[in-house]
Amino acid sequence: MTHAAPLARRVLRHGGYEAAAMLRNGEQLVLAVALPLLALAGLVATPLLDGFGPSRIDTAAPGVLALCVMSTAFTGQGIATGFDRRYGVLRFLSTTPLGRSGLVFGKAAAVAVVLALQVVLIGGAAVLMGWRPELSGLPWAVLTFALGAAAFTALGLLVAGTLRPEATLAVTNLLWIVLAAAGGIILPAAGLPAAVEPFVRILPSSALGDGLRTAFLEGSFHPLSCLILLGWAAVASAAAVRWFRWS
Amino acid sequence: MHHTAAALVIEGLTKDFGPVPSLDGRMVRVLDGVHLEAAMGSVTAILGANGAGKTTTLECAQGLQRPTAGTVRLLGENPYRASPQLRARVGVMLQDGGLPPSVKPMALLRHVASMYTDPRPVDELAERLGIDDFGGTAIRRLSGGQKQRLALACALIGRPEVLFLDEPSAGLDPQSRTIVFELIQELRAAGLAIILTTHLLDDAQKLADYVYIMEGGRTVAQGTVADLTAGAAPENFRELRFQSVPGLEIPPGLLPHLHRAEPEPGHYLVSGALTAADFAALAQWWDSEGILPVSVSMAPRSLEDVFLDIAGRSIR
Repeated sequence: MTHAAPLARRVLRHGGYEAAAMLRNGEQLVLAVALPLLALAGLVATPLLDGFGPSRIDTAAPGVLALCVMSTAFTGQGIATGFDRRYGVLRFLSTTPLGRSGLVFGKAAAVAVVLALQVVLIGGAAVLMGWRPELSGLPWAVLTFALGAAAFTALGLLVAGTLRPEATLAVTNLLWIVLAAAGGIILPAAGLPAAVEPFVRILPSSALGDGLRTAFLEGSFHPLSCLILLGWAAVASAAAVRWFRWS
Repeated sequence: MHHTAAALVIEGLTKDFGPVPSLDGRMVRVLDGVHLEAAMGSVTAILGANGAGKTTTLECAQGLQRPTAGTVRLLGENPYRASPQLRARVGVMLQDGGLPPSVKPMALLRHVASMYTDPRPVDELAERLGIDDFGGTAIRRLSGGQKQRLALACALIGRPEVLFLDEPSAGLDPQSRTIVFELIQELRAAGLAIILTTHLLDDAQKLADYVYIMEGGRTVAQGTVADLTAGAAPENFRELRFQSVPGLEIPPGLLPHLHRAEPEPGHYLVSGALTAADFAALAQWWDSEGILPVSVSMAPRSLEDVFLDIAGRSIR
């Protein structure tokens, strides 16, 4: 008689499978690699970030890494999940030993794998462009990055589990553009008009950008950012558990 | 009941969907008291028209839907809270396949196999179902029959004890159908409980040991194919059809215990507990009228007749 493979093996196998699917997808690579690299080059070539840090690249790199989180955990993962739901893939896989929880953990593992590759690639490019992060802030950066990934993964699942896949595609791409431009992720909220600044500060995009900038520029912890990200992760996860529809 | 070991027991299963905005936010009752039992080593078919509740019944049995009321026991456990160990013992083929369009068949099959400790050998199963012929083509480019065979392979790869097949012959070409039907019969012989839905009476007649007929969210009739075709009517229920000139009046005194009809001009149907003596009386009448029918045929009551009696409407 056959048995279910051990939990860790199921989740890791599924994480690898989903990560490979993400990396095979051309549009996903544009979003995950090409656009962040373009943003990095653009921010270094223009005076947009002047005054926010010691150098353009030092201010730009943390924000672009935050942008990577939004690309992969929210937009890429959300779109893939939305279409898996449409095609009944979520339903079928949930009848295998992977189960519903294994599916979600597998997707989270895939996000983690792709994010790790992005950090190496985009972070490496930034270092080549002269980025010298404050290494004492690394543990804080890792914590903030993980919380941001959790919040955006939960938000992506929430959108994918409640809207049609075409709507998920539109909403996650549109939010990516809006938040990238004015969500405090690469351009700090402090530089926005005073009327919108307080609202932008409570967005997960701004919290993630500020948290990573504080860690890498000053080597210190930005507790408010982590609290905001934790709040978004908790609320979005609870909402996804409540409203996610598998079919 | 009729079975030795029950793989699936459903009692009083009710399922409501909604609220539905187009119905002023009311709930819709899709299942309304389904009773069903499926045994190991047999094929149980759920037969019914579209919308009768077949797929929802399967989804409750598979743990994909939570019942509104009633109980479902799959291998003795509640499928909605199924452990991975229970899922490993159950194979599911969904009606829409549940196959990711951008993945290649062999890659998908290997991935699903990796969820089990002792799956069937992937290459062997792929060859058996002819999947190796298109193993490297993206799923979105496959024909309906190819997708159906792949979905079946995914359901079988973990060596299940219970196999759910939602409309297994939908979209199959005759050759694939033969392969799939042979495999189903082989799996039954190996002791699996196979539970399938179909709207094709022919499938049920060929495959099923036990049939449930669903209508309006209920199981309205059940039995072996023989039970259903004979049991509902006298054991010797026969249908005699003959073709001759239109507008013949079978005399009321002739064969009074039989039902007579002319469903199409010139096509006559006599049904009921038909005996050789009735046949002789009919032949005598033909002789006295100077009629020799173009064709005469006699057959036992078919499952389709039973189904039409029970369901009260055509499902074709």
